[in-house]
Amino acid sequence: MNKIFEVPLYPYAHHADEDTAAPARRKVVVIGAGPVGLAAAIDLAQQGTEVVVLDDNDKVSFGSRAICFAKRPLEILDRLGCGQPMVDKGVQWNVGKVFFDDRQVYDFNLLPEDGHKRPAFINLQQYYFEEYLVKRVRELQEQGAPIEIRGRNKVSAIGTHPDHVTLEIDTPEGSYNLEADWLIACDGAGSPTRQMLGLDFVGRVFEDNFLIADVIMEADFPTERWFWFDPPFNKGQSALLHKQPDGVWRIDLQLGWDIDKEREKRPENVIPRLKAMLGEDVKFELEWVSIYTFQCRRMEQFRHGRVLFAGDSAHQVSPFGARGANSGVQDTDNLCWKLQLVIDGKAPESLLDSYDVERVHGADENILNSSRSTDFITPKSEMSRVLRDAVLDLSEHYEFARPLVNSGRLSVPCTYDGSPLNSADALDGPERTRPGSSCPDAPLGDGFLLDQLGGKFVLLTIDADAPDVIEEQGIEVTRLALSVKDDKTLALKDRYLGKHESGVYLIRPDQHVAARRPSFDENQFRHAIRRAIGKE
Amino acid sequence: MTEDQLILTPNINGADDFYADLLTAHEGLSKAESDALNARLVLVLANHIGKRAILKQALAAAALKPGEDTA
Repeated sequence: MNKIFEVPLYPYAHHADEDTAAPARRKVVVIGAGPVGLAAAIDLAQQGTEVVVLDDNDKVSFGSRAICFAKRPLEILDRLGCGQPMVDKGVQWNVGKVFFDDRQVYDFNLLPEDGHKRPAFINLQQYYFEEYLVKRVRELQEQGAPIEIRGRNKVSAIGTHPDHVTLEIDTPEGSYNLEADWLIACDGAGSPTRQMLGLDFVGRVFEDNFLIADVIMEADFPTERWFWFDPPFNKGQSALLHKQPDGVWRIDLQLGWDIDKEREKRPENVIPRLKAMLGEDVKFELEWVSIYTFQCRRMEQFRHGRVLFAGDSAHQVSPFGARGANSGVQDTDNLCWKLQLVIDGKAPESLLDSYDVERVHGADENILNSSRSTDFITPKSEMSRVLRDAVLDLSEHYEFARPLVNSGRLSVPCTYDGSPLNSADALDGPERTRPGSSCPDAPLGDGFLLDQLGGKFVLLTIDADAPDVIEEQGIEVTRLALSVKDDKTLALKDRYLGKHESGVYLIRPDQHVAARRPSFDENQFRHAIRRAIGKE
Repeated sequence: MTEDQLILTPNINGADDFYADLLTAHEGLSKAESDALNARLVLVLANHIGKRAILKQALAAAALKPGEDTA
């Protein structure tokens, strides 16, 4: 049987756009059918905007690659109509073990907070993630949504203009030209788009190599995350064992800087390393092996006129903490509603500059966190290693040292503090729901809050009066009227009111808080809506 | 917990920020300079704590011999 990543999912097919005398003009073109490009396309198509996805390949990602998907991206996928298959297929885990040298120093339980529809995260191979997104694209197509994926369409030249972008595209049958009102570049860390436009991508290179292997084994290892610092089977380095669906285990082994990559990738060199780790008697089969190095860097700006960069093409992080695909999906979540309003003529083009401000802030937070994890896992000086080993030794005996152990910090959504779209906090409520925050979920009877918020502007009232609809500048904001009594667990009260009796929130289409007050004030909320769409 | 008891549960707000500051303080130093910095840091922190009973417990904890006074 062929593996899913060996089968063309969106094979090349001749398109009428290839035969037109003058280039066809499309609303939005997305380059790259990876997790980020597909999420962007689905988001726009769901809102009725014409979108064409171009990819130089015709298959899902080769090998597991991104394997941890965090809660916020899963919530976004719910809005995109494909969260459930991901969660059904994915592996959930809560227990992690940390090993140092030849012993376990401690274990931990993530004890995820109750009252959320989605788990803290799931492990799922990137090829499944992409497959489910492609299925969702097909479903939308059947419903008549204006979305298509063109496989083996490689963009070879890009021209930028004040009100559109021109593309030269190579296909197996020759090349053709296409125009787009807007271009979203989701073509990965090596982004050809970025290179064709001659744009910067600066940051820090980490001098290290990691061997990454997907191993199929029927083993008794529990569904836990095991991380080793300086283990006997990989002296002076680190190792990670993590479970994926279908009995596939992900193993990461740090190799150091001075190695022969081609040699290390050969099965005759990989298998002894894995046997030393797993035990001589464990039977396993290698599904995929790769060696990666990484950098932490970002573009100076994510918006360049009509070209918008999202995901790894805009920012690259180390893999520790699962902040690559996860942050990319949050990029498109931030971008698509803004682009939609601009396309519909309801917001000024300058609204897109807030995408740059907010997601650069997110990228910096991710780069900071993943750089710190990397510095802990691979100390770059002798003293750095002495301190790291001291933390690990202490962590075996004393609880206080455990928060200092850093083998990757769980990716949580970034709060857009200081964003130009926020209105000043007029509630003084819980910090986690201050303007700029991503709305935390809460249980509501048989359902959950985030499903009810959906993907439009919402006025959330909790034990407060307000009109059912406010229309401002062509934006229709509908009210979601709730009471703390709707949630017997009191999570809604704890997360949105704190010590207050009532609250009114203006929530953006990406489910981030734009404004909040103790009660409805028409003038103030109209002002907040204008601000949230870049009109003030 | 009494005030004469060494705190051995997490007590630093923003542990990652603290650790990053600690690494930054050592950046660019030779090993000898780093050792000296650590020694000074121990003495500065000890003076801030001030209480002999706590310091004795801290010395034991750092020696990974909880419950023993090494002094």
